[in-house]
Amino acid sequence: MTVKDIQKALAATITTGEEYMDKEITSAFASDMMSEVLAFSKGQSVLITGLCNPQVIRTAEMLDISCIVLIRGKSANEEMIELAKERDLIILETRYIMFSACGILYDLGLEGGTT
Amino acid sequence: MSDQTGSAGVVLKYTVSPDDFTRAGEASSKVKNILKQMGISPDVIRKVSIAMYEGEINMVIHAHGGEITVTITPQEVLMELKDVGPGIEDVEKAMKAGYSTAPEQVRALGFGAGMGLPNMQGCTDEMKVETELGVGTTITMSVHMEDK
Repeated sequence: MTVKDIQKALAATITTGEEYMDKEITSAFASDMMSEVLAFSKGQSVLITGLCNPQVIRTAEMLDISCIVLIRGKSANEEMIELAKERDLIILETRYIMFSACGILYDLGLEGGTT
Repeated sequence: MSDQTGSAGVVLKYTVSPDDFTRAGEASSKVKNILKQMGISPDVIRKVSIAMYEGEINMVIHAHGGEITVTITPQEVLMELKDVGPGIEDVEKAMKAGYSTAPEQVRALGFGAGMGLPNMQGCTDEMKVETELGVGTTITMSVHMEDK
């Protein structure tokens, strides 16, 4: 599926990265702890998180994650948007809680993984 | 940052600002871009990026910043992270997954799950931790280039 499909399914707003909506996505990782994302992600291309600070963008950058989905109505600040733009990253924002966001995307066929 | 190319390879030096959580990761980001431009394999870049970023975050949250030297040779990427922070009281414990001394405010920022040092070790081919209480910590890590 594409980022556009994810955005539609989660009724998400596009904070930045509108030009990359056609990007193909096959797997996702969800956590509020960046430590865990850094330790356990294995090439997933979407990060679903309720954490909202610039280190979310940096973590995504280090792991080649192309799309960040901010859940629970969190809103990216200017610093985050600036960092994301410089790195060609996408930020989506949705009101769904983590459980719901993950469930919806899993149901659509996104893969996760195990440690 | 300074950048020297010589027979010893490319040497990059960075200063990590103390207590500036927002900027933590800047050095790792720069190194990642340089490795990409050099055409280093994605697998090596990923390992270096994760290990250095974890180390850089540690320097900011535990050690009031420090100095990072990255040396890139045809054989390896060598990272030296040097701080004059409080030192690590029990290295053996700190190397265990899940053990953390990070304060609650660090966890609220998404770090301090006790995965930093074990993850750094997992991403690198060699890692050495030299630490002395009240003096500081130097972590040396090497990621080998593939097929060498």
